[in-house]
Amino acid sequence: MDTTKQQGGPATAHGARSPAETSARLVDPLGDPRSTQSLTPLQDLHGIITPSGLHFERHHAGVPQIKPEAHRLLLHGLVNDAKIFTVEDIKRFPATTKNYFIECSGNGYREWNGPIGQSVQETHGLTSCSEWTGVPLKHLLGEAHIAPGAAWVVAEGADGAAMTRSVPLDKCLDDVLVAYAQNGEMLRPEQGYPLRLLVPGWEGNISVKWLRRLKVVDRPYQTREETSKYTDLMPDGSAKQFTFVMHAKSVITYPSGKHKLPGPGFYEIRGLAWSGRGRITRVEVSTDDGASWQECRLQGPVLDKCHTRFSCDWRWQGKATIIQSRCTDESGYRQSTRTELQAAQGKLPSYHYNAIQRWRIDASGEASNV
Amino acid sequence: MFKRRRALIALQVALANCVSAAATAESYDLGRTPTSAAIAAWDIAIGPLGAELPTGHGTAEAGADLFAQKCAMCHGATGREGPDPVLAGGQNTLATDKPIRTIGSYWPYATTIFDYVRRAMPLQAPGSLRPDEVYALTAYLLYANGIIEHATIIDGASLPQVLMPNRHGFVVAPRD
Ligand code: HEC
Repeated sequence: MDTTKQQGGPATAHGARSPAETSARLVDPLGDPRSTQSLTPLQDLHGIITPSGLHFERHHAGVPQIKPEAHRLLLHGLVNDAKIFTVEDIKRFPATTKNYFIECSGNGYREWNGPIGQSVQETHGLTSCSEWTGVPLKHLLGEAHIAPGAAWVVAEGADGAAMTRSVPLDKCLDDVLVAYAQNGEMLRPEQGYPLRLLVPGWEGNISVKWLRRLKVVDRPYQTREETSKYTDLMPDGSAKQFTFVMHAKSVITYPSGKHKLPGPGFYEIRGLAWSGRGRITRVEVSTDDGASWQECRLQGPVLDKCHTRFSCDWRWQGKATIIQSRCTDESGYRQSTRTELQAAQGKLPSYHYNAIQRWRIDASGEASNV
Repeated sequence: MFKRRRALIALQVALANCVSAAATAESYDLGRTPTSAAIAAWDIAIGPLGAELPTGHGTAEAGADLFAQKCAMCHGATGREGPDPVLAGGQNTLATDKPIRTIGSYWPYATTIFDYVRRAMPLQAPGSLRPDEVYALTAYLLYANGIIEHATIIDGASLPQVLMPNRHGFVVAPRD
């Protein structure tokens, strides 16, 4: 069909992607009505922004359907002036727009002791990156006038789990947002519509969605999600608590597991790197199973606590090899190997898995997780 | 003199407000003052001191029946059989290569049981339990883990006093 020889379709009120594009989240476990997570198809994405409809999901009691006009945010506790805000009130505050990644600290959990996932969507799909708009939480706290003794803020969601996490006050006064928009439009329901907390660089669970309450308190409230879950059990039986920061991590998204290179020749190796401690300063790639490493290009913008796109040129000779990437962030931290991670943290699969990802390219060009 | 005293008070107030550190001298005058009833209706988070615990009480005896009716189909007859999370047992397994993390083996605070069960369980009807029921279920879960006696009364005074076996098992430390 020659599209230059006929009229196309009319303008539409809300656009949809081409029917030829079928990239989708991987719903895990597929078909289970109680499914509580879906993973981002990182292998299909370009640049650093995750389309809102492909942002990973993790929830503990399903996605609530909230009427924005009925939604309220209560701010109380150790404050001199408790406040209750409508969504319209929140949108009237001076707004801030920033790009941040959100990564579930369970991302890659199953990879702890060896390769399990086949594609990068399975191994790394619990990270996504968006442009978020909201009001800095410090403005709201300023309205309520924090009282002496305040040290933490308990954030609670309006979902069936009434998801609750304690956030240190210092972080709340630093870069935490109460966000209402994602990539230029109001949040998607599965991302917390109409309000969510956005705690940059920290494990995703603490960015409480469907935010309805902030209570300023004097100590962490020891909620189930910061004791039973999201704590890191060590080999000696002790457990680390409040390990909020997501460590630097990178992964090659092309070529990656399940891809097949059509034949020897030029390829641009592409991937993503990010760190909860700030900016990515360096990404290196090895195409010879770690014998040598080459410096990658960082494709701007290189932003704080944000996915960063990297690339480097590769001429594949058609021989079996292993490709991998490692990144360094502005704190000087460099991503380590799985063996190094196990040596430091033990062999019990836990949260915050961030080891180097290796992809084997076999002689036929097929990529797999090793 | 009078003026100086006023200035002093103003200074004290300013200093008190400084504690809030936030660089927000100006007010945007947005939002309303919530009624105390509105706050009370939502104020369900229970801290480790248990200050927010509601009136009411319960024992494992009463809790056993409730557990059989409302929880056992997902957590098993005694909370150990699944299919959903195992709620009892696992003590002395944390340092092994097959750790079993349960209320009895892992949870540092008993108040967390009340807080979580009231807000999130039973899964298909969260927030449906009355305070007496939550106290009874909390007592049952503590009893099932060998932490309290069958007849121990759990209420707002006794719950925060319950010393959990893994109370000192947590360290606040960054990941390496
Ligand atoms: C329909 C199944 C179902 C029923 C009924 C149910 N639960 Fe649960 N329960 C779950 C699931 C699933 C989880 C895990 C939820 C999550 O991780 O977000 C859970 C988690 C829990 C936890 C936390 C476990 C942990 O280790 O962190 C407790 C405690 C609990 N339930 C108690 C109860 C009690 C008490 C009842 C009865 C009033 C009950 N549950 C009824 C499915 C159920």
